[in-house]
Amino acid sequence: MEDIKTLEQKALDLRRVIFKTICNGGGGHIPASFSIVEILTVLYYRIMNISADNMNDIDRDRFILSKGHAGVALYAVLADKGFFHKHHLDTFGKKGTILGGHPDMYKVPGVEASTGALGHGFPFGVGMSLAGKMDGRSYRVFVVIGDGECQEGSVWEAALFAPKHNLDNLTVIVDYNKLQAMDRLDEIIPLEPFADKWRAFGWEVREVDGHNIGELLKVFNLLPFKRGRPSLIIAHTIKGKGISFMEGIPIWHYRMPNPDEMQQACKELGLKVVDGVIQ
Amino acid sequence: MRNAYLEALYDLAADNKQILALVADNGAIVYDKFRRDFPSQFINFGISEANMVSVAAGMASCGKIPFVYTISCFITYRAFEQVRNDVCLQKMNVKLVGIGVGFVYSNLGPTHHATEDMAVMRSLPNITIFSPADRMESRKITMAAAEIDGPVYIRLATGGSPDVYEEDYKFTPGRGVVLQDGSELTIITTGSITHEVKRAVREMSDLGISVRLVNMHTLKPIDKDIILESAEKTKAILTVEEHTILGGLGGAVAEVLAEARPSSVRFKRMGLDNHFPVGYGSYQDIKQMNGLSMEAIVEQAKELMRNK
Repeated sequence: MEDIKTLEQKALDLRRVIFKTICNGGGGHIPASFSIVEILTVLYYRIMNISADNMNDIDRDRFILSKGHAGVALYAVLADKGFFHKHHLDTFGKKGTILGGHPDMYKVPGVEASTGALGHGFPFGVGMSLAGKMDGRSYRVFVVIGDGECQEGSVWEAALFAPKHNLDNLTVIVDYNKLQAMDRLDEIIPLEPFADKWRAFGWEVREVDGHNIGELLKVFNLLPFKRGRPSLIIAHTIKGKGISFMEGIPIWHYRMPNPDEMQQACKELGLKVVDGVIQ
Repeated sequence: MRNAYLEALYDLAADNKQILALVADNGAIVYDKFRRDFPSQFINFGISEANMVSVAAGMASCGKIPFVYTISCFITYRAFEQVRNDVCLQKMNVKLVGIGVGFVYSNLGPTHHATEDMAVMRSLPNITIFSPADRMESRKITMAAAEIDGPVYIRLATGGSPDVYEEDYKFTPGRGVVLQDGSELTIITTGSITHEVKRAVREMSDLGISVRLVNMHTLKPIDKDIILESAEKTKAILTVEEHTILGGLGGAVAEVLAEARPSSVRFKRMGLDNHFPVGYGSYQDIKQMNGLSMEAIVEQAKELMRNK
């Protein structure tokens, strides 16, 4: 229980950093970043064998953010874990920064793949898993994909491929927040029965509340769910989780809050605003 | 050309276990020896080229050297964004090998003809592009590709291409080859059409025309020196390619000429003039139907000389 409280506090801290970084940077995907905060928290602070000290080791665990538009969530974690200095967060989206709207592996220490276009990071991670298996390496690969991203054909090509190669060192987490840029996902192109689709393709599937630290810890500690099979976690999440007026509202996908909305959001997150600047 | 590539790949794989052969269900029989002798270095992705290219990039990020092979169209067009973002942008050590370029699949129709591959691939940063003219060059290019730490695209014709080079041929990446020197006109060509161009040049020699013939086996980076030297020397350049005249060999040569502005050089691009390849039949038939027969090349060369 103690540990869960610690991680919940960490997730709140990260949300504050993400919000401040995006607002100061003048634009970004706040809700899509907020929906994966607990997933990243549990992976980076408890599950994965990756840190600033071993980031170049061949046997480090690898994380890929296939939904690259949530890059600021990853930046917040990497900065907190010391992969790069926190002052870089203040430069997000500005001229000369290493931190752009989508993560760049050659600019940002700790980023394993440059993502942004959807449907790429997942098969890239499959390649990392396959290389690890071929070489008898102990590392594991974790990939976070979006639910809207699952409308890309390349996702299902990779979904067919991974079970054939028995990639039990691979875990894919779907951020199932059920919203995409223009509307509710199920009104655009529905994915249900979603878990059944993955199972039919040969994946071992678990569903969790993607904001429940305890559930996430439990499910990640069961990996691999079955020897010889890739693992798929459907994380039920809320897009914009943590800011009441953003939660579940599609229009916030790339919208920035006006001054009143910023005040409100900061109040909810426990941040102070002085002269329009988040402290 | 294909077999020479496969023999070279076999030798590379025997020496280095990180070298992998990736295919998209393409290469029945011809890959049998490789599969038998190096089963752990061979992966058939099935018919899913986009996935194959992204997975290859991920494997390369972990030290593998994948040679990704399928029909050229399916790598360069279908999987273009994967090539761009996962291979070129991320500078991954992936070798993309497109088979059946131009219209060597002469009776399969335009869906299987790669006649824009150089144009699209040339537009990408961080990639080296090779276009061998015969078997020997294919082997040398394959070996050279393995030496390059980064993205490479090799465009191959199928089997049965006639030889262009003699046994003593020395290949240098990035340097065009003067196959024959001459003073009145330069023809620059690349890939499997080189043999046809060679025949045309022989015909012109018989007619008393002195032609310089250059094989541009490396499309990127292009050999600027040999283009400008040829312009200086012959004052007329004809490019011949089994490809659209937009953005491929002719486009690359035009870019060099336009920026260097050598004085009074006549220039003409031969290839597909803003249309898809037409017709079915033998390779000879389809070259003829698309204006790339030996006779058509001679005619274009003479036309360019008349206007000199």
